Amino acid sequence: MKQFQYVRPTTQQSVLDAIAKPGAKVLAGGSNLVDLMKHGVMSPDKLIDIQKLPLRGISKSLGNTSSISIGALELNSAVAEHALIKQELPLLSQALNAGASAQLRNMATVGGNMMQRTRCPYFYDIAMPCNKRNPGSGCGALEGFNRMHAIFGASDKCIAVHPSDMCIALVALDATVEVASRKGKRYIKFADFHRLPGNTPELDNNLAHDELITRVIVPTNNFAKNSYYLKVRDRASYAFALVSVAAALDIDNGTIRSARLAMGGVAHKPWRLHEAEKALVGKPANKASFEQAAQIAMQGAKAYKDNAFKLKLAPATITEALTHAAGLA
Amino acid sequence: MEDLNKDACPHHHGNEPKENPRRNFLKQTSLLTAVALTPGVAVKAAENHLDEAVAAVFEKMPLHVEINGVNQSLSIEPRVTLLDLLREQLHLTGTKKGCDYGQCGACTVHVDGHRVNSCLTLAMTVDGKKVTTIEGLANGDELHPMQEAFIKHDGFQCGYCTPGQIMSAVACIREGHANSEAEIREYMSGNICRCGAYPNIVNAIQEVKAGGQQV
Repeated sequence: MKQFQYVRPTTQQSVLDAIAKPGAKVLAGGSNLVDLMKHGVMSPDKLIDIQKLPLRGISKSLGNTSSISIGALELNSAVAEHALIKQELPLLSQALNAGASAQLRNMATVGGNMMQRTRCPYFYDIAMPCNKRNPGSGCGALEGFNRMHAIFGASDKCIAVHPSDMCIALVALDATVEVASRKGKRYIKFADFHRLPGNTPELDNNLAHDELITRVIVPTNNFAKNSYYLKVRDRASYAFALVSVAAALDIDNGTIRSARLAMGGVAHKPWRLHEAEKALVGKPANKASFEQAAQIAMQGAKAYKDNAFKLKLAPATITEALTHAAGLA
Repeated sequence: MEDLNKDACPHHHGNEPKENPRRNFLKQTSLLTAVALTPGVAVKAAENHLDEAVAAVFEKMPLHVEINGVNQSLSIEPRVTLLDLLREQLHLTGTKKGCDYGQCGACTVHVDGHRVNSCLTLAMTVDGKKVTTIEGLANGDELHPMQEAFIKHDGFQCGYCTPGQIMSAVACIREGHANSEAEIREYMSGNICRCGAYPNIVNAIQEVKAGGQQV
């Protein structure tokens, strides 16, 4: 690991001042950043440890629109085990518990989870070309071993996938991200937080370098009874997703009133399935409806040399997740 | 995880790093200032206020941490991980370096009662906290119930992963996630044993859980 300066400010204002300067990087739980620094993938000049900031707390607010607020420094384990989250947002709790190991969930924070970088092996191996790590150097995965890679939204510059499970649930739940900078607060819809690679795969998201994630806000919903997070991976636990699906249904007397669907492991960002959701509305909550939605979800999918299996695995996972969500499994 | 021969030590020996913020800073600063700021003075200054202008000047920073019940006032480089601090500076070698990238769990310790991977924890971030390692689990000569259970059930072969497994096993019960074999397997999945001692480890945890002792 290269040398760096380490500072631990105690106020949000001093953090915002510090991150406004180039070369500085925010350190929250460190479970991804320290790993990347050890690999030499990232080598910031200065780490701004934000653990002293009061960005914690999980609470429900009953304003004009009822919502649940989660502080950016809340630990993944704490959110997953929180009574309010388990009761009102079980999909988020399940997704968090599907991610990483118990040790890492005790380190990783909500804000940090949103900022974690792809696990594409060509990104991690600094001897390989990677447009995300070193813009203009090429993409090792495009013609390389691309079994884990994208089937939606990729470009010829980058076919890496977004690694988080938490974010798949949050995009399905229509979350909003609150960020702060010296200019004040702003709100980013979760669906607009992460980016597709296009010609700038080095940019994972739309957070400006002088902005700090302060909390995530999830509107309350009617999905708690019928939601399910299904993660398909190479071993039973503690592995990144080949394909994952966040499925949530609002079922009234056997008919689907509304639906939410998002996929992980298939795109550069959490992949929301709006068309498939629309197709489910008004349909009976049964396997035929789910299979039809899964087929619609796959429109526009494109496989590479080693990941064609995802074209079959993804719709099967959607169908399975919806079946579990509906309580029919 | 696989490449144990790789030099994963964060201290660079031999070639100097190309970019060295501290040395760049010193180059830009007058020699007089650099000489005046001897480490002792600088550490003292930083104790009072962790001010970034001061922190930038020196290599080592003050760290106060309680490890296995003992208060430690240390001076460390910010890039030292908790794992390397424990093993190399404090000679607490019970905590093992396996993969060094958060994938195997051999380095699991408790920070303020919660299990974490010490290899991905920068030591500076545990300032003011309580760390428990495998050395801190026994009560004098009396082994912790989980240590006894691992011995009884032969929950290890080469023993390398064992300290991390035991720290996780204790946490697994404390967290309330040792209620079935499946749940134990899921919540022990961050600890990887390459020899395959898993069934015996599960048996050991189930026995301690059933014993109902405070762990």
